[in-house]
Amino acid sequence: MSVTATPARPGLGARLRAAYDSDLCYHFRHSPVAVLAGAIVALMLFGAIFAPWVAPHDPFDLASLNLMDSFHPPVPLAGSVWTFPLGTDDQGRDVFSAILFGMRISLEVGVAAVLFAMVVGVLIGLLAGYAGGVVDAALMRIADVQLTFPAILVSLLVDGVVGAVLPTDLHRSLQIGILIFAIGISNWPQFARTVRGSTLVERNKEYVMAARVIGVARWRVMLSHILPNVLGPVLIIATLNLGFAIISEATLSFLGVGLPPTEPSLGTLINTGNNFLFSGDWWMTVFPGATLVLMVLAINLLGDWLRDALNPRLR
Amino acid sequence: MAALLEVDRLCVEFPTRRGVLRALDHVSLSIAAGEVLGVVGESGAGKSLTGAAIIGLLEPPGRIAKGEIRLEGRRIDNLPPSEMRRLRGRRIGAIFQDPLTTLNPLYTIGRQLVETIQTHLPLSDADARARAVSWLEQVGIPGAADRLFSYPHEFSGGMRQRVVIALALCAEPQLVIADEPTTALDVSVQAQIIALLKRLTREHGTSVMLVTHDMGVIAETADRVAVMYAGRVAELGPVASVIQEPAHPYTAGLMASIPALDRRVTRLAQIDGSMPRLNAMPPGCAFHPRCARAVAQCMAEQPGLMAAGRTEAACWVPVKEALHG
Amino acid sequence: MASYIGSRLLQAIPVLALIGLLSFALFAYVGDPVTIMLGQDYTDAQRIALVHTLGLDRPFYIQYLRFLWAALHGNFGNSYRIAEPVSTLIAQRAPATLELALTGTFISVLIGIPMGVITGIWPRAAFSRVFMVISLIGVSLPVFLTGILLILLFSVVLGWLPSFGRGSVVHIGAWWTTGLLTVSGLKSLILPATTLALFQMTLIVRLVRAEMLEVLRTDYIKFARARGLKTRAINFGHALKNTLVPVITIIGLQLGGLVAFTLVTETVFQWPGLGLLFVQSVAVADIPVMSAYLMMVGVVFVTINLIVDLLYFAVDPRLRVRRSGGGR
Repeated sequence: MSVTATPARPGLGARLRAAYDSDLCYHFRHSPVAVLAGAIVALMLFGAIFAPWVAPHDPFDLASLNLMDSFHPPVPLAGSVWTFPLGTDDQGRDVFSAILFGMRISLEVGVAAVLFAMVVGVLIGLLAGYAGGVVDAALMRIADVQLTFPAILVSLLVDGVVGAVLPTDLHRSLQIGILIFAIGISNWPQFARTVRGSTLVERNKEYVMAARVIGVARWRVMLSHILPNVLGPVLIIATLNLGFAIISEATLSFLGVGLPPTEPSLGTLINTGNNFLFSGDWWMTVFPGATLVLMVLAINLLGDWLRDALNPRLR
Repeated sequence: MAALLEVDRLCVEFPTRRGVLRALDHVSLSIAAGEVLGVVGESGAGKSLTGAAIIGLLEPPGRIAKGEIRLEGRRIDNLPPSEMRRLRGRRIGAIFQDPLTTLNPLYTIGRQLVETIQTHLPLSDADARARAVSWLEQVGIPGAADRLFSYPHEFSGGMRQRVVIALALCAEPQLVIADEPTTALDVSVQAQIIALLKRLTREHGTSVMLVTHDMGVIAETADRVAVMYAGRVAELGPVASVIQEPAHPYTAGLMASIPALDRRVTRLAQIDGSMPRLNAMPPGCAFHPRCARAVAQCMAEQPGLMAAGRTEAACWVPVKEALHG
Repeated sequence: MASYIGSRLLQAIPVLALIGLLSFALFAYVGDPVTIMLGQDYTDAQRIALVHTLGLDRPFYIQYLRFLWAALHGNFGNSYRIAEPVSTLIAQRAPATLELALTGTFISVLIGIPMGVITGIWPRAAFSRVFMVISLIGVSLPVFLTGILLILLFSVVLGWLPSFGRGSVVHIGAWWTTGLLTVSGLKSLILPATTLALFQMTLIVRLVRAEMLEVLRTDYIKFARARGLKTRAINFGHALKNTLVPVITIIGLQLGGLVAFTLVTETVFQWPGLGLLFVQSVAVADIPVMSAYLMMVGVVFVTINLIVDLLYFAVDPRLRVRRSGGGR
């Protein structure tokens, strides 16, 4: 996520990076909330990425599951076992391990959906700003309509339509992809609007004219100027959208159109646990739920902080 | 003339994460009853900030660190907020720069006038409305009684500034602080607004602190003038003296850079360099890096205002000769 | 005034047509209604007969126009899942959704706007900071999880409130049912309405606060201070009114979110409303219901946007038609 990732000339990239780094670092170090949120996100990323090695049990290995182990409560309670610190579910699956793997899938879907939205949004924004006129008007009108339609509804519709069109087993095997597409497609307009705005500003600047006079392709010059400019806002939108995408995925999984119990995300775990809520087995819902909230909260805090730090007016 | 307003060694500071910035440094000036004091200087010299400090509306985290502000001999810089509020509008009015943004777009001008009048004066609705109409007439709004029900967007820029003047003066303050009142207006309207302001304040005996960077406006309107530079008062004196016989090298440079119609010059003078930033103030006199007359003392010791010719200047080596004559 | 509303109405038409087209495409081309309606065993003759009855052998635009015509008369075909007219299903469930959504919105606006104003005026006060932390947690808390946690606390642990359904309802008129007139109905409403209100409220608080901070920085507020107006008059008169202009728009836009969150809330609490109907239909690809729901949501959005525009018009004099002659 560093500035060097852009195709800007190395000199400019390095200078921008130095400028960004100093201020951002200063703000980060002086914001306890940001540091705490960063630490939580880092810890969760670590747990999610290394889940197969960190988790004490493999929740997907059916052979290792024992129904005798089912419905253990979490540790300090009567009937708990130390091998299952957060208790077990109806299948005898370790809740702690399931959460680690669930985080992995939630983050996977969330990040992929945001990246998808970002790529689509940035491309459409560049196109709208660069082309202008009818193309611009049409694209932005679509973005407006898309924005009024809530993401969950769009995702539900996309999922429902795909479900009706595809045969069931194919649908199941493509579920993650469908989910990423459904969540991503409803989030592109914000990226597109930001990039379009910046493109419109740059388009009329003198260097663009100058570049044209000396025969350099206009879009190439613009791109190298626009990308560094929109990097900050895009990064902020991406961070704030990540929390939203993770919530969307969890909600869809809860509604039963997300990920199947064989590939449980945090939302699926909460949904499964919800069935046992009334028998008093609260830990199957509460722990994945708390993890989800903590994760999204930490990401949102980082996003808020990033927005404040990059927005000079609020400084 | 006894001083109506005295600003005495006023210091305003802004704490920032890289240390405290002193934006006003021992600013002293006074305004007599019925007098027009012009305050000139480059942007960032502290003109507007002085005005904001006087009406008690410094933007946080800015604060008065030292010094006093006295109105009719009574300190007002340490008044509790509620008392300071009652003073604003009633005894000290303010006119802002951009009339397009200073009026609330969602209220009729009549409502804004009546609200202001009733805040300060114990008048019935009907009396307050009559007073509002009278003020709109005084500032030259045609069809005043009907225009009470108009919204700001229904007026042109010049007309809106007239409404702003009516709002600032409608509770008859003794002093009005006009912060760049014509800068945002069309050139053709500027003179009308200045003339209006001059006439109204004379009729009502109101003192004016006229903040501007336009020496022409000052020359035409002000009785005395304060020249500010880098948060300090560089020179203070009667307007004619400051224009014709400036004692501070900065003022002299400023005057030489103004094109005059009665003289033919091939090239306007300019002052090399730029005003120092608040976080990089030179020791001694803030002007010395740009000053041709600077001596060793200028770099070591900060000068206070002292009598120099017919004005007061904060300079160790004041200019003696008259500018043109 | 008339031309303003007229232009707004004109703008709504293409949006409605587009949504209608989407609904129609969904209805006509997704899945195979014929196969679904005939079941496993059928003859070619039966199939051809049904295709003809449904009009699926007619050209595209004829089908579209017929679809729109039928929709205008409230006819969306029959549900695949429950062999009943979609219009009947919708009519049965609309009151439940409306009561839930309106109660939730009412609570959230009632609490959200004052809280936003207060945290905007005194951003550095302790309670503002506490409230902002709470609202941040609220934004990070998915609606369904709020619902589950409320059920866990108030139904499972404390046993005070019912966790699902609408309680007993009273019939009013031909087709309206209300839960607002019975004790069990009101008790059933508390948890879902709170769930819905909490999420909306956090959004409203953050929004109002941001706008308030923005407005308090403007020149006209500074000028109002410079005229010595009372702080109360500035904050709750001048600033609040200017804050409301953008807030109305964005709350209007948020109503799209309301539809989505009502849907989730209904699922959590098994609230017999339209959202639950839609979710159940998506799960089994009950296309006629999905298509009708999409169309209905579209109409609701357009209507709400129109209302928002009218409110905007009432608040902001700049939008009112300028009277000629420069006078009044």
